[in-house]
Amino acid sequence: MSAVKVQGASKIFNQGTPKQVDALVDVNLTVEPGEFVSLIGPSGCGKSTLLRLIANLLEPTTGEITVNSKTASQSRLDQDYGMAFQQAGLFDWRTVAKNIELPLELKGWDKAKRAARATEMLELVKLPEFADMYPWQLSGGMQQRIAIARALAAHPPLLLMDEPFGALDEMTREYMQGELLRICSETKTTVVFVTHSIPEAVYLSNRVVVMSPRPGRITEVINVSLGSNRTEDTRGADEFFKGITAVREALRGTHADHANAGAVRGVEDR
Amino acid sequence: MSPLARRSIYRTSMFVLSVVLVGVLWELYKLIGPEDGGKLFGAAVLPRSNDTAMPHIWSMLSRYGRPEVRGSDRQIWSVVLAGAWYSFRLSVAGFAIGATIGVGLSVLMARFKMVERGLLPYLVVSQTVPLIALAPLIVSWGGKVNILGFTWPKWLSAAVLGAFLAFFPIAVGTLRGLASAPSASLELMSSYAASWKQTLFKLRFPAAIPFMVPAFKLGASGAVVGVVVAEISTGLKGGIGRLIIEYAREATGDPAKVFTAVFGAAALGLAMAGFVAISDVLLMRNRPKETTT
Repeated sequence: MSAVKVQGASKIFNQGTPKQVDALVDVNLTVEPGEFVSLIGPSGCGKSTLLRLIANLLEPTTGEITVNSKTASQSRLDQDYGMAFQQAGLFDWRTVAKNIELPLELKGWDKAKRAARATEMLELVKLPEFADMYPWQLSGGMQQRIAIARALAAHPPLLLMDEPFGALDEMTREYMQGELLRICSETKTTVVFVTHSIPEAVYLSNRVVVMSPRPGRITEVINVSLGSNRTEDTRGADEFFKGITAVREALRGTHADHANAGAVRGVEDR
Repeated sequence: MSPLARRSIYRTSMFVLSVVLVGVLWELYKLIGPEDGGKLFGAAVLPRSNDTAMPHIWSMLSRYGRPEVRGSDRQIWSVVLAGAWYSFRLSVAGFAIGATIGVGLSVLMARFKMVERGLLPYLVVSQTVPLIALAPLIVSWGGKVNILGFTWPKWLSAAVLGAFLAFFPIAVGTLRGLASAPSASLELMSSYAASWKQTLFKLRFPAAIPFMVPAFKLGASGAVVGVVVAEISTGLKGGIGRLIIEYAREATGDPAKVFTAVFGAAALGLAMAGFVAISDVLLMRNRPKETTT
């Protein structure tokens, strides 16, 4: 059973009008349970659109998407996935613990069960002492950890992330990447991760899906053979640099038709 | 002393100071202004500063301690207070009606784009109808309209006119607030498969509070204006509006008298705004504080 299966999916905005945008054309992607898959590509390649199709926040124009062997809409209704965005998007009027409880509240869990789960999730993201604070009293990195805790609160098998660390500084970002790997291996969560950063994609992923724009499509899928036990030392390993080079070359290919083929716009080289 | 306590003391003393300053300016103008007003090419440009048009502050204040009419044992402060209390209750009723309608309409408009497009222009037009034109019509319902055994009381007409002025800012402000929820948060709620109602109560309304509080403040003062104007234009007995017209008739003989009622009306508006301000403090206490101020 695949965690995510995308078959021949296309998404065309404003179809039949002069403003028609082929955001995605004929995309096929399978994600196995426990896998960490990153989507990378320049702006406009449709990586966020693909994530939203999997999340059923958008309906595909054509094609079929299944999540945990259910239709995408059914798995959304069943809350089979958690989602995290670039902005932590915590609710200012709720305490940290109440923010984590939000998806559980919507599911109709009783109060004691919710509180117990919130405590468990705060332990997981190593912020137990912040339960009664308000999000705006926390740093950006802490807020993003709370957002991950919220996304995982209902113990979904799948985590969808849209550039979750894009707004963080470099040090916090690397720390968060390590934390995310630890959390995912502890919870055995499958992750689909959208990013602009090549090292981030390589460091985190089992597979990096390289996409290109106009029309948005998958051009290459690169396997990263860094094993399952990644530490800060991994960032110095030869395999890590090999992975980075492979992804960078794949991204260059997406711009072969441009004069400035060397500069991959919209992709950070850090 | 906590910064909050210090700030509230500062604000209170600034308020007192500004009131005193207005009094000082008033007396200063009486001192130097022309007795019979200043005219420029036959048009009055400066107000008259004589004791009939502009009584001294102290004669206005001391008027509160004297009887309403000669020979009566009721001092005027208790009459004004009773009138203000009566109008206050009408304003609260009007505010409650206006808030219910305003919030209800804004929810409808937020839910159905069609309703917003169809209704909003009429709401704007409704506010261009002069209140004094509407007042006699609505007041005429008093005692005549009978719905299922419920006879329309006269006071309700005044409250409805208060509601008429209160609902508009509340509807528009709440609508803006409900629409202010960030799209990422809406997407998040939709990823949780939250129903529209869940999204309304867990996201849209909390996000709307910073927009609703100022809107409710406008609505509260609108309710007072509506009630007082309704009382004045229809002569409804018992309220501060009626006192203002009654006392204004005696302006030549007893110029300070009308000011006692005018101050009563001002205090009434302040009281209404004060209640909303308290709700502001309660609702916003756990929100991010502005770094300025």
